[in-house]
Amino acid sequence: MNKIFIVARREFLTRVQKKTFLLTTIGVPILIFAFYAAIIVMSVKSTSDFKVAVVDQANVFNGKMDEKKSSEVIFSFVNDDTATLNKKLEQKEYDAYLYVPAGFSITGESKDSLQFRSAKTVGLMTREKIETRVSKALEEKRLLSMNISKAQLDSIQAQKELITFANTAGKKENQTKVGVSYAVGFISGFMIYIILFIYGTMVMRGVVEEKVSRIAEVIISSVKPFQLMMGKIIGIGAVGLIQFLIWGALILVIQLAVPVLFPQLFESMQTQPVQPGMMAAVDATKQQPDMIRGLMEGLNQINFPLIIGCFVFYFLGGYFMYASLFAAVGSAANEDMQDAQSLLLPIMMPIIFGIVIMMQAVNNPNGSLAVFGSLFPLTSPIVMMARVAHGIPDGVSTFQLILSMLFLILGFFGTTWLAGKIYRTGILMYGKKVTWKELWKWAVKKN
Amino acid sequence: MSKILELEALRKYYATQKAVDDISFSIEKGSIFGLLGPNGAGKTTLLRMITGIFYPDIGQITFDGKPFDPLNDIRMIGYMPEERGLYKKMKIGEQALYLAQLKGLNRNEAMEKIKYWFKKLEMETWWNKKVEDLSKGMSQKLQFVTTVLHEPKLIILDEPFSGLDPLNANLIKDEIFGLAQRGSTVIFSTHRMEQVEEICDHIVLVNLGKKVLDGSVAEIKQKFKENQFKIRLQEKPANTNSNAFSVLEEHSNDLVVKINEGFRSNDVLMHFLQQGITIESFHEILPSLNEIFIRIVEGSSALTRSFQKVD
Repeated sequence: MNKIFIVARREFLTRVQKKTFLLTTIGVPILIFAFYAAIIVMSVKSTSDFKVAVVDQANVFNGKMDEKKSSEVIFSFVNDDTATLNKKLEQKEYDAYLYVPAGFSITGESKDSLQFRSAKTVGLMTREKIETRVSKALEEKRLLSMNISKAQLDSIQAQKELITFANTAGKKENQTKVGVSYAVGFISGFMIYIILFIYGTMVMRGVVEEKVSRIAEVIISSVKPFQLMMGKIIGIGAVGLIQFLIWGALILVIQLAVPVLFPQLFESMQTQPVQPGMMAAVDATKQQPDMIRGLMEGLNQINFPLIIGCFVFYFLGGYFMYASLFAAVGSAANEDMQDAQSLLLPIMMPIIFGIVIMMQAVNNPNGSLAVFGSLFPLTSPIVMMARVAHGIPDGVSTFQLILSMLFLILGFFGTTWLAGKIYRTGILMYGKKVTWKELWKWAVKKN
Repeated sequence: MSKILELEALRKYYATQKAVDDISFSIEKGSIFGLLGPNGAGKTTLLRMITGIFYPDIGQITFDGKPFDPLNDIRMIGYMPEERGLYKKMKIGEQALYLAQLKGLNRNEAMEKIKYWFKKLEMETWWNKKVEDLSKGMSQKLQFVTTVLHEPKLIILDEPFSGLDPLNANLIKDEIFGLAQRGSTVIFSTHRMEQVEEICDHIVLVNLGKKVLDGSVAEIKQKFKENQFKIRLQEKPANTNSNAFSVLEEHSNDLVVKINEGFRSNDVLMHFLQQGITIESFHEILPSLNEIFIRIVEGSSALTRSFQKVD
């Protein structure tokens, strides 16, 4: 036991002390975040106000576009003709003008249309803003012209979710919750898939390195092959766990730091989707846009302790089960990594199957394929995450969850036992290309 | 003197060959023991059984008077395998520390011993270097240190001098003698016979998985001698025909003779003395281990062994 610890400590320390570890663990998420932040900041924050002159010949807008006091697009109503406006555009008094011809009617009876002229090409975001605001204003005017009051309008708008989705137990399902569960299930399943690959191949490369550098036999003379293999697997598993902890902490820090660092980002994110004029009567609690509110509700309904607990369990269980298989393949490889590649295929197959089944399970957590995939230990770490995300009675029953965990533990013992025997023979075998048939012979032979 | 290791009827069969086929011998405490054999004779398999890496199919290993218990006895053994290496990216000091800890030393003990050995072999300045920066000879030295660091009772060295220059080879050789004097037993596996003759007290030769020779170097030479003598005379003899011997080689005044059955060396001397020739020197030619080795191994099917099937 002690020797496993000594081996694991070396495996852990040599990896953690490398510069590349710090770089990938801290650098990469920060880089990704910075990249997204830059995109968001650039798209949200326009450099200066965009001034639009409105010539309302038909008096459609009554001298006022909407109630929004936007800082980005400013509509000002003027009474100039197009010639002077063109001149003013040249003098940069305005960035653009909107011309409403006298014959324009909001009911669409006339053929005259609104004309928009600008000195320079208008950016996509600005254009969209102008378009939305003008058409919203028109829409409102149209409705009002049909004798629909603002209050009526708001009540129509507020009546959403006419259909209630519920299961037989009578439990209501929130549309967004299903969506959020879908996303959480998909992301966590996919993360486990990535973990199995990254850390599995890390174990394999470590074993190949030990074999190729010929240190294996030196070490085997003081520790048992199984101890060496387990030490390596535990050490690298610890590296993975630490990496995830750091990532988790980083995400938390970023979440807390972003509103402080970029207040305008959140402000604009909250005000932007508000539809002016329509929300005026809506009470304060509903001021948050529907989508975000739904998302929050969905997130609140998700059982995060359960998901995080399951994630850690299936992460470790899946990793330990597959890592020993990867180690066995590494032990059979020679100088030529190509040998290992062909032996790797049968190990990668169930992982890939797992992700395929997971994609199904995320949509239909109780389908027979999903149930099978979440119980079968070689695919359960990936598939079960998709089901657990839907919650305990909805996505998966407690019985099935416990059964799946039990199978995974058994699967871990099974693969480790098998891989340990292959490893013991393979690690001391040089200069021979090994086939799966031989690996099997090593695995089943006695002592 | 008591035995450190006794092997009794050891057997290890692989699917394609009998790697070790009924081998027994014993090794005295404090001796330097040579395990010889051609490539593929079963030496490595034998050593792996002695170091607890493999279990024998049949047979008994007794270590220091008790049945061999790999889990506990392993720390009494230092093994430097033929296929040896180190972690390339790891610092030398840390590497030595790691290997010593795996042998069961605690950190302080290990540090103390590493310092002692590094100083002794002039490696102190290496501590923070990486293995990939070392020459082959240097890493060999490091390997030797990590093998003997934990003061094992039994040290097993498989081709310890390969890659070493004569200077470093002598350094290691002296250390081996020193270790034996302080009570460690050394098993020395090689096919470099001149080193064996120089170092070993006792040898065992294995071929085709079987033991073919067992004894002290002097005994074996006596056993394989062919009654050949070298004589240097002051002048070229006129008559070399005698019943007592036949001449094998003749270079002016030097003769190599083989004494015939039933005669003694005195009969040869008498023959020349009677002719009144002055004899300058007369000594027996003992076969070198190299010759004995070749004589035994040649003609056996050692070279085609890899393709032999188990019946």
